[in-house]
Amino acid sequence: MGARHQPLEAPVSIPVRITINGTLRQFDLDPRMLLVHLLRDACTLTGTHVGCETGICGACTVLLDGSAVKSCTMFAVQADGAEVTTIEGLAKNGDLHPVQQGFWERHGLQCGYCTPGMIMTSVQLLSRNAKPSREEIAHGLAGNLCRCTGYSHIIDAVQYAAGMGGAR
Amino acid sequence: MSAQAKKYSGQPLKRIEDPRLIKGIGTYTDDLRLPGLLHVAFVRSPHAHARVTSIDTSVAKAIKGVVAVLTGADVNEKCGVVPCAAAIPDLKLPKHTVLAGDRVYFVGHPVVVVVADDAYAARDGVDAVEVEYDPLPVVVNPEEAIKPGATLTHPDLGTNVAFTHNVNGGTDIDEAFRRADRVIKQRVYHQRLTPMPIEPRAVVASYHAGEGTMSIWSSTQVPHYLRTLLPGMIGVAENKLRIVAPEVGGGFGAKLNVYAEEALCGHLAMRLGAPVKWAESRRENATSTIHGRDQIGYYEVAVKNDGTILGLKARTIADLGSYCQLLTPAVPTLTGLVLTGCYRIPAVKMEIVGVYTHKMATDAYRGAGRPEATYLIERLMDLVAKELGLDRVDLRLKHFPAPTEFPFGTACGVTYDSGNYQGALEKARQLADWKALMSERTAARKSGRLFGVGVSTYVEICAIGPSAAMPAGGWEWGCVRVEISGKVTAITGTSPHGQGQETSFAQIVADQLGVSIEDVVVMHGDTAVAHYGRDTYGSRATVIGGTALVMCTDKIIAKAKIFAAHLLKVAPDQVAFADGQFSAPGAEKTLSLAAIAGEAYVAKNLPPGLEPGLEASSFFEIPNFTFPFGTHIVAVEIDRETGQVAIQKYVAVDDCGPQINPLLVEGQVQGGIAHSIGQALFEQTVYDENGQLLTGEFMDYAMPRATDIPEYILGHTVTPSPTNPLGIKGVGEAGTIGATPAVANAVIDALESLGVTHLDMPLTPERVWRAIHQRTVATV
Repeated sequence: MGARHQPLEAPVSIPVRITINGTLRQFDLDPRMLLVHLLRDACTLTGTHVGCETGICGACTVLLDGSAVKSCTMFAVQADGAEVTTIEGLAKNGDLHPVQQGFWERHGLQCGYCTPGMIMTSVQLLSRNAKPSREEIAHGLAGNLCRCTGYSHIIDAVQYAAGMGGAR
Repeated sequence: MSAQAKKYSGQPLKRIEDPRLIKGIGTYTDDLRLPGLLHVAFVRSPHAHARVTSIDTSVAKAIKGVVAVLTGADVNEKCGVVPCAAAIPDLKLPKHTVLAGDRVYFVGHPVVVVVADDAYAARDGVDAVEVEYDPLPVVVNPEEAIKPGATLTHPDLGTNVAFTHNVNGGTDIDEAFRRADRVIKQRVYHQRLTPMPIEPRAVVASYHAGEGTMSIWSSTQVPHYLRTLLPGMIGVAENKLRIVAPEVGGGFGAKLNVYAEEALCGHLAMRLGAPVKWAESRRENATSTIHGRDQIGYYEVAVKNDGTILGLKARTIADLGSYCQLLTPAVPTLTGLVLTGCYRIPAVKMEIVGVYTHKMATDAYRGAGRPEATYLIERLMDLVAKELGLDRVDLRLKHFPAPTEFPFGTACGVTYDSGNYQGALEKARQLADWKALMSERTAARKSGRLFGVGVSTYVEICAIGPSAAMPAGGWEWGCVRVEISGKVTAITGTSPHGQGQETSFAQIVADQLGVSIEDVVVMHGDTAVAHYGRDTYGSRATVIGGTALVMCTDKIIAKAKIFAAHLLKVAPDQVAFADGQFSAPGAEKTLSLAAIAGEAYVAKNLPPGLEPGLEASSFFEIPNFTFPFGTHIVAVEIDRETGQVAIQKYVAVDDCGPQINPLLVEGQVQGGIAHSIGQALFEQTVYDENGQLLTGEFMDYAMPRATDIPEYILGHTVTPSPTNPLGIKGVGEAGTIGATPAVANAVIDALESLGVTHLDMPLTPERVWRAIHQRTVATV
């Protein structure tokens, strides 16, 4: 009993530089720390949510150098040198991003828990396809789960954002 | 109710709560950070049934950062048992301690709790605890569990039968079956489901030793239930306990409960003298947060050859899992309340047997009992029509009560408040372009395509509920205060977690008081602010909670009229109130509500005998449930080669009475239908024969994705309820109740030519393909 549990080695700290929502931040990180926990705990950017810890639900989606990634299945040290944008960094000068505005206008959220991830994925979707069809939007959001809305209003929201100039 | 013009009610206003949520600055329980916060994690049983033979915590305790490692022996004597509040006569209840004792009864049963100064260390601690188990025989099949000599879930109870509940209503059932030309029988399995809100549960507890007070934040639908029931578990009196439900990331019934972890966090905060947090993992949410449904039913319908239904007999075996959580045994009894659906069925006999097995407890999942009833009766209507060669829509119409027959008493013992089932059905047929749809069905079949149309006409129970039908009160509380500034604060005892009542209640209150909606703030979810309440579940909040707020505004207007009369120097009965202004014939001026509020708090010129202030609270006790209804029509096409079901058309007409905010109603209906499509086509919680949960992650539990959802065609009819002054009925569960049988009926209709009359859900490609394949082989 207990034999397989050797005393843990002292954790190695790894110096990491990440630009988070436009601000360069430096950290000494435990290599096993997940990016989502760095954002939520070290940076108190709690808008990025944890829904499954397996990369399925997408509630933890952030933009890494402009690409949507699931921050619950990525080590923070892997983001060294990158630019990370979270939901808190999306509105500029107090103006909502068109996708945020679309979610508000079209009732694209209910409990709001999946919403930051949905919005970040939608931003990537519109940056790649400025005028997506409903089918293309659904396909683009298939990596994000919502249990409240039934998705229809979310698709409406992304279409609204596309009409407003989309990705910005 | 005052005769105010409705400026806001009925408008599809966008939500007041949204800006914080779309900016990511809302605060969910796991977002809370308190100084000195400790983190909690659990060692859970990997066995469905086993004796715990030893627990070694020494290695875990030696891990840097681990503060405490506690077993059942350490806490079960100090922390009360997990409560069941269902009022079921002769219910056999196992003792449900917060941690397992010397036995575990389901995979995920908490055995050891680890507390550490960070979440990673807590999980390291969990990995380092050594528990030895001696596996015991397992019972997972409820039909096996009730046979003589079956393995017992809890050997000390001496039986797996928790309760037997009988419904005998209407005319003589034996006579009905004697008069029948035919009896149609069907076994139906209503599969186990996992609610899966995207936010798992989370709890933060902080004890203030000086005052002896406790604050608990929980991702719960029922902060007031917790405030009532946790004192018996943790020994902090109700009036020293504050429960806060911050932003809650979805509930669907999963958070309508009192869980061991909530009490344990409170206990640990006191015991360790530091605030603690537990954030549930998805795996834990799948194993150890309640499941829903799981009923096996044997049904018999007595019919005349002309389709007249004389009676319905049912025997339902409800799999409760290994424990009764808060309302576990009550849920299947709700099925018995609407078993006859929208139809005039004179005789009903139902026996419900609640059975313990070595699984997680079932409890209320969106719809709770009514989806089971609706699915059954709607499947049976199709079976009867098919057997007798009748049109399924005509058969339904034949059994609808006329709109003039409401209130309509049913053989199940409830009285439907109001309805126009024909109206909803006709509207749905119009929206679906029924004739064209049936022509398409005929044409598709001629060309060999598997094309089906499904219909469901449903009635459900909302506004749960009258206190007489509830274990501990079904009223709702509210408080409205016109502040000295004229701003209005409305406090509700309901606990919204996505339904949008910060908006819809502001619409109601602003209309009642004739003020701008921007001046109204709705508060909820904190028992220090909303002192009393019965929270959010059972599609009750807008109906009962909204009416409580209307009662408050009525009291405020009545009091303000006395102020106005005093200030305008007229008799109170001469004062009129409209559009936020008080006026009287012959008076020189009118007074705004804000002006009166100023006078009421400055209090230098009070009317004789009147208290200062402009605030009122109310409890609303609803005289009956409300019974929303509607019709869903679905067209599907099945790929013969793969068994894949594609929804071609989805039409839903729901009647929830007048709509406060049609945009929110639409959201509730669409979300509810998505749950139904999930149940009909994809979702099932699966335990293997050893009681191992095979659907413990999103990877294995197939919830609908954006690509699985059709474009909805939605409509509504408006039949007010006489139970409340707003006439509203509730809508939070309607989609989940009405849609499942419509989808299933459509799939089975598509397979009609192959001789398929029934398939159990979920109608996955594999199950459908097997049905096609077997039938094809059989007929070749």
